[in-house]
Amino acid sequence: MAQDRDYESIPGTYVYDAERGRIGYALNMFCMSLNKADNRQSFKQDPAAYLDRFRLTPEQRRAVLERDWLGMLKVGGNIYYTIKIAFCDGLTFQDVAGMMSGVPKETYAQMMLAGGRSPDGNRFKDPQEPESGHG
Amino acid sequence: MAKIVAGIAVSHVPAIGVAMDRGMTGTPYWEPLFKGYGPAREWLAKLAPDVAIIVYNDHASAFSLEIIPTFLIGVADKFPIADEGFGPRPVPLVHGHPALAWHLAQSLILDEFDMTIANEMPVDHGLTVPLSITCGQPAAWPFPVIPICVNVVQYPPPTGARCYKLGMAIRRAVETFEQNLRVVIYGTGGMSHQLQGERAGLINRQFDTAFLDGMTKDPVALTKITHTEYMREAGSEGIEMVMWHVMRGALDQNVAEVYRHYHVPASNTAAGLMILENRSAA
Repeated sequence: MAQDRDYESIPGTYVYDAERGRIGYALNMFCMSLNKADNRQSFKQDPAAYLDRFRLTPEQRRAVLERDWLGMLKVGGNIYYTIKIAFCDGLTFQDVAGMMSGVPKETYAQMMLAGGRSPDGNRFKDPQEPESGHG
Repeated sequence: MAKIVAGIAVSHVPAIGVAMDRGMTGTPYWEPLFKGYGPAREWLAKLAPDVAIIVYNDHASAFSLEIIPTFLIGVADKFPIADEGFGPRPVPLVHGHPALAWHLAQSLILDEFDMTIANEMPVDHGLTVPLSITCGQPAAWPFPVIPICVNVVQYPPPTGARCYKLGMAIRRAVETFEQNLRVVIYGTGGMSHQLQGERAGLINRQFDTAFLDGMTKDPVALTKITHTEYMREAGSEGIEMVMWHVMRGALDQNVAEVYRHYHVPASNTAAGLMILENRSAA
């Protein structure tokens, strides 16, 4: 069956597939632990010490401590998991989406109010690929 | 004999739940979205189904990456509300329907759908936001619910075609349950949205409109949309729309669209709602 990762041609997108699942497990399981109020408290009190409980790579650890949202995705973070760190910080999905796309919060919010990011010009990393609309 | 009488497709954006829980539905930002939910609530209150089957995905709440069930059915009599990282939503406990749920579990497995069976699990916004959207804020939910979870968090989710066939099997199973029950089925998630990466915020109204139209015109054609096409056209999280096919597969071939609502944005998402009635149900 199709396992050629053809979705890797989509720009600005990190599909949580087998490749990322293999490297991201510990990072995402740390995020999962934040579903418990006690753990959220411990993480907030001493982030570095709390992270010692999990076997993160140095790069994963750095990304978490620096709240590098895009960086987390690049080292195996899954957005449904890493968002729990944002909730811990009192941020919303939209706050984090703005930061990942590299624009100020207000600019991102305005883009959404105006109908969102257009798929046109955003379907392929390679601009030579044909833009095939649907429907 | 039990019978599926109608289907509801609805997005399950967490911010919609937050807006309801914090009394913000009348603000200029939210009012246009919630206004469109009114007719759906009236329709559902009038239909007064005996049971709802809600097809949704768990978002790292009941299940982590430790164990990832592709298809799962909840057979408990009660499902507590999950803490997803900011405390549980202040909504009523969800009551199950163990007799029908166990019947479905057995029938589906013998019909070659290898369901995981959950005797205990909390339910997250994927299930509770569709209930809130369609039922409002009652002290108790008006009907018992059978949760059916589909993995869309770890790639790959099941294909649209497989989801549609699961819906057909759910229908066969419901129709062999001896008690007379009128069942409504929800397919949740979508529509176009992307929550991650530099491309976050993607919305594709054209894709969504064609998808909504296809639900009545040619649902089988929609089941052929590939995962990559969902992600490219409707955003990486737009792939949740495979769950709508479970609902659609459980309905008659010919259905009537009785209501549609589409609004952008609900946070990062194009929020869709569609009600389909079996022609034979009238």
